[in-house]
Amino acid sequence: MADFFNQFPPHRDESHSHDDHGHGHYDPGFWAKYIFSTDHKVIGIQYGITALCFLFFGLMLMLLMRWQIAHPGMPVPIFGHLLELIFQHPGMPNPAAGGVISPELYNSFGAMHGTIMVFLGIVPLAFAAFGNYVVPLMIGAPDMAFPRVNMASYQAYFLGGLVMTVSFFIPGGAAQAGWTSYSPLATSIPTHGQLFWIIGMILLITSSLLGAVNFIATIIQLRAPGMTWMRMPFFVWAQFVTAFLLLLAFPPLEAAAIMQLMDNVAHTSFFLPTGLAVGGKIAHVAGGGSPLLWQHLFWFLGHPEVYVLILPAMGIVCEILANNSRKPIWGYKSLVYSVLAIGFLSMIVWAHHMYMTGMGTVISTFFQATTMIISIPSVIILTCLFISLWGGSIRINTPMLFALAFLPMFGIGGLTGLPLGFNVSDVHLHDTYYVIAHFHYVVAPGTIFGLFAGVYYWFPKITGRRMNEFWGSVHFWCSLLFMNLVFMPMFAQGMAGMLRRMANGGANYSAAVNSHAGADVIGGLSDSIMALHTPILWAAVCLGIAQIPFIINFFWSISHGEKVGSDNPWQSTTLEWQTPTPPPHGNFEHFPVVYRGPYEYSVPGHMSDFTPQNEPEISTPAAPKIPTTAH
Amino acid sequence: MEIPYTVEARPDTGLYNAKVGIWLFLSSEVMLFGGLFSAYILLRVGAVPGTWPHGWQNLTLGTINTVVLALSAITTLMAWVACKVREFGKFKFFHACTLLLAVTFLCIKCEEYREHLNHYEIYMKDGTYADGDMVQNDAAQDYIVIDGRYTKNEMDLYDLRSQKVVEKELKIPRSQIQDMQSYGPWHNDYLALYFTLTGLHALHILCGSVVIGYLWGPGRKLWKTDPERFTNRVEVSGLFWHFVDLVWIFLFPVLYLT
Repeated sequence: MADFFNQFPPHRDESHSHDDHGHGHYDPGFWAKYIFSTDHKVIGIQYGITALCFLFFGLMLMLLMRWQIAHPGMPVPIFGHLLELIFQHPGMPNPAAGGVISPELYNSFGAMHGTIMVFLGIVPLAFAAFGNYVVPLMIGAPDMAFPRVNMASYQAYFLGGLVMTVSFFIPGGAAQAGWTSYSPLATSIPTHGQLFWIIGMILLITSSLLGAVNFIATIIQLRAPGMTWMRMPFFVWAQFVTAFLLLLAFPPLEAAAIMQLMDNVAHTSFFLPTGLAVGGKIAHVAGGGSPLLWQHLFWFLGHPEVYVLILPAMGIVCEILANNSRKPIWGYKSLVYSVLAIGFLSMIVWAHHMYMTGMGTVISTFFQATTMIISIPSVIILTCLFISLWGGSIRINTPMLFALAFLPMFGIGGLTGLPLGFNVSDVHLHDTYYVIAHFHYVVAPGTIFGLFAGVYYWFPKITGRRMNEFWGSVHFWCSLLFMNLVFMPMFAQGMAGMLRRMANGGANYSAAVNSHAGADVIGGLSDSIMALHTPILWAAVCLGIAQIPFIINFFWSISHGEKVGSDNPWQSTTLEWQTPTPPPHGNFEHFPVVYRGPYEYSVPGHMSDFTPQNEPEISTPAAPKIPTTAH
Repeated sequence: MEIPYTVEARPDTGLYNAKVGIWLFLSSEVMLFGGLFSAYILLRVGAVPGTWPHGWQNLTLGTINTVVLALSAITTLMAWVACKVREFGKFKFFHACTLLLAVTFLCIKCEEYREHLNHYEIYMKDGTYADGDMVQNDAAQDYIVIDGRYTKNEMDLYDLRSQKVVEKELKIPRSQIQDMQSYGPWHNDYLALYFTLTGLHALHILCGSVVIGYLWGPGRKLWKTDPERFTNRVEVSGLFWHFVDLVWIFLFPVLYLT
């Protein structure tokens, strides 16, 4: 553990480095070194740890919800009493009375599960944590372009997470209107949870804005000499496009959040239509607002957000596949152009989330067409990654297992999205468990597997030690099995017509309940469909248990893992492995110079099966022109 | 190892880091205000015909504020030019002007807000409307006094461009009032947009003033050690300031003139 914490030399404020010359080192102590650090690696680790905690929190919320769905009205085992204590507020009915999750509490768990997983878990881990740690190293930069902005970005994220977490404990609890927070529902719920949600979101949006500016500026400005655009590792390209999506797609949601905030506190009616009735009574609002406006602004972020979640994972998978198949990536340029095309197209597909709002067929047709078109670059990326394996000398290790599993899992997630993209088939599938299964295949066994792959892959660079391979593969095989057991049955449930967001798991639509009550319901949910809730619950519990080997492995390996023999334990070509382990403050002893592309594995005639990007060309004497540097 | 291109431009991009950063930031700001402007378009197009307000703003104050911001754009540019030609005294003068103009703008904005918040639409029990500036609203009295007019038709209150509004002091007993509401953001969508858009814009003016005030005040010591870097800071903050001015150039016709 001591090695790990001693890796970061005393903090120095980069922006005042001119004044600090010759003053020697000073040790500002623990706080400046680890909490208020401007070093991109420390910030990356801060983001990573915080995001992993939030992912675990989101998983716990999911387990509670799955219990409620499978056993509506029954007290939650083990945690029931704790819930009752947490949500006890004097003078208010307890939403977890007797350890039973009330529909209101279920709604707030659902809203916060989505919010936490997307905005506090995956984006910070995929974009901010890996991006911060790896991107500057990969492009040969000493740090991010704006180290203090980087610190502010983490602090805004941390505050946003704090606001979201605190909202659970206020009277009335956290936001209940879903992670999409559709108005007027979000404005009509008479609790303060939504207010906390909006303020939390504004902080999180600020954080990702600062991060995105920093990433793009870093990639444009701080590439090492010789690191041309087409020599950048695909991971850097993926982060570059992701940063643009965050930069341009998030602000409209911020605008929407500001308007919803005004609806909440200044009693405006941006999203509240004339004649709005709440609880059977005409609401006292000015009216004239448009609920569709919220949906457009939300999904203008919401759809690019999907690619914010998936692109960094694709980047990670690409690095790991190239490294472990010991072979150049097939179609590197196709990958780059595809990711750029995805970035552009993702901005014009948003209304495919809104086919059921009565937009009109012309608009639906447009968004249906763009949605089908965007699947083309996604398929190109997946195909390139698959073909890259062909004829490779494949090494199987934990990162490779996760990276390999990403391909079919993301494939399932992507292909099941097509029926949702066609507005005719979407009419049947909209808002059912089919949708849940579809997007969870994209982000859970898709993105999260990519992120696990990244954690296992870069762990040796960060700590100087490897994670345990055996427990890594236990973690992988159990996660793979239970992920599929959780989400595969949901396709069947959704196609049978089970709606999402129902606190009792659709019991009121079940054929059994309705026939018992004497109602003759055609197309009620059959017993076999309803019975799937129980195996899903236990698969979810097992999925949670399967993360324990990872958590223990993670912390144990920091201090007890097998030490790496070299700075480049995976024999990789990219620049982040051509530094000391762990990289010191400033990353490189001198500016690295890049002579070749990112995936020169198994070059014929070369001594080893990998050629690092900074290895000079011996056969050709003409070295690349080196731009002059600042210092 | 130091971070390169903090002051000098990178040869292949021709830009220093902060300039790339501010342009990216501004592109994000375009999307932020773009989201709000799109809300404006959607709500205005979707409004019941005849109910979108016209002529509700104090054009004199709005025009003065437009001129104030345009002047501040010039002084900001001059402050940067002064740094470029290494005349620090002129920099101090021009940015002092910028700060004064910014404060002027905010004061005028406050006065406009006050006027709106003091303006009431009163729905009488007999079905007519009274509309005007509140003169006296003392809870101890059983009447209120406004400086305004009576009208039978609420539609008269929306488009003030074609009307000759004669205002006089009206004493209204509280017993005759059904409901009354000030012209705050809660009053209708137009005012909601007006307060949100100009409020966010004023927030930008405030933040820009803080940055310029920092460079003018405690931040000026960088001039002695690294004038080039200081000049870059002035340029970057100036770019932001020009963007904020530009937003006003859109806001003024959209909210005041149409």
